Amino acid sequence: MNEDRHFWEGCDEGELRYQLCTACGDVQFPPRPFCRHCGGRPRWAVSGARGCVYALTSVARAPSAEFAALAPYDILLVDLDEGFRMMAHGGAALGIGDRVRLTFRVLGGRSLPYFLKDH
Amino acid sequence: MSWIVGVGDTPCGRLEGESALSLMAKAAAASLENAGFERGEIDGLLCGYSGTMPHLMLSTVFAEYFGLKPRYAHAIQLGGATGGALTMLAGHLVAAGACERVLVVAGDNRLTGQGRDEAVKMLAQVGHHQYEVPFGPTIPAYYGLVASRYRHVHGGSDADFAEFAVLMRRHAGHHPGAHLRDPITVDDVLASRVIASPLKLLDCCPVSDGAAALVVSNKAEGRAPLRLAGSAQAHPHQHVSFARDLADFGLQGCAEAARRQAGVGIKEVDLLGIYDSFTITVAILLEETGFAPRGQAGALAREGVFGRDGPTPLNTHGGLLSFGHSGVAGGLCHLVEVFRQMAGEAGARQLTRRKTAFVHGDGGVLSSHVSLVLRAE
Repeated sequence: MNEDRHFWEGCDEGELRYQLCTACGDVQFPPRPFCRHCGGRPRWAVSGARGCVYALTSVARAPSAEFAALAPYDILLVDLDEGFRMMAHGGAALGIGDRVRLTFRVLGGRSLPYFLKDH
Repeated sequence: MSWIVGVGDTPCGRLEGESALSLMAKAAAASLENAGFERGEIDGLLCGYSGTMPHLMLSTVFAEYFGLKPRYAHAIQLGGATGGALTMLAGHLVAAGACERVLVVAGDNRLTGQGRDEAVKMLAQVGHHQYEVPFGPTIPAYYGLVASRYRHVHGGSDADFAEFAVLMRRHAGHHPGAHLRDPITVDDVLASRVIASPLKLLDCCPVSDGAAALVVSNKAEGRAPLRLAGSAQAHPHQHVSFARDLADFGLQGCAEAARRQAGVGIKEVDLLGIYDSFTITVAILLEETGFAPRGQAGALAREGVFGRDGPTPLNTHGGLLSFGHSGVAGGLCHLVEVFRQMAGEAGARQLTRRKTAFVHGDGGVLSSHVSLVLRAE
């Protein structure tokens, strides 16, 4: 979808894009061509790239050879300060509730959101 | 009204030389024999899906192969909740008069037909293709995320979760068809290698071959009909990243709706069949459906509440964790075991006769839910 491409192009350009509804103001992620609450038209916004760790796991048994080379790697769910949640990779030694800031890591030709502790 | 009037299954584990269809046929034939019916007496067919045999029309492929000419047939895809959903729909179909007897069947040869690596890779694809799969999660990783949040909010330890792995292995030791039967201890679970923290190898179910089937009828026929007394579903989210709250999936309403429909209070339930893909899964489901206080499921397991001698024996076939996980059939096996225990057909592992069972299936990552209440009358 065009929305997905726009999101990932944002990652390539170093910004985390999400949506706000122009009608009801609802914050939406992942992006869609409509607002899931009111059906209104969303507009794009760029996150301030800071948030809080909601959940985390360290993956030792990878799903593919590509990821096995990286294992163990930490997968997080992060609550961004703008009010949406997303999956991302994370640096070591993070805990639930930790403040984090966004960077990116390139993997499989793609720039993936990667969060580090925000000191 | 609707009744389960017969069940059948295959052993679970490594079953060489089988296909999804051949396994489904074995379980289906066993369920017809158990119920005392010929193929021509079945007029409805509901089936699950197969990882080794993806097909647009699996139900009619199976009907042709097995020799059925149903007047109602289709497949359902709802992950681990499929077995419960198939059974719930079969109950509605016979109650509505659309069919007299519906065969519910599922089978897969994931282990020999696909292998562990391929199965792990395939299953990871239930994640969001744009916003989860690129990060390399696995099914254990999705549940590892859930477990981390559960711990943060409700407490509990690795040893608490491990109780369910130990219990399921103990129960599987009584079932000759179980995939994993060697006894294990809490220390064994804690010492097993990490798969996706905090989940270790023995917190996870195996990948198995197997099949299961049951017959649902509009009459209380057969040797020991089991009434489908209540059923309800809940579908709070699809992807773990977009679940509202990983420490509260809001399943209480689903479980209570099924019990209310059946007219039974939670204290009347004397047998449990609860989806147990991981130790954390069964802990969460027991708590959210009302059978343990929050954060206490593992402690109750340690006290013996869910053992064969306890008030609410759980998954007496050994569950997904030890009887094995053969895809859709894995979730149907909980119902097969409940039927056998309530019909007095559980052989050497027969409990004292039970009257009221609660069964709960979970598909995705605690995404899709089916609660069922079954009564022996």
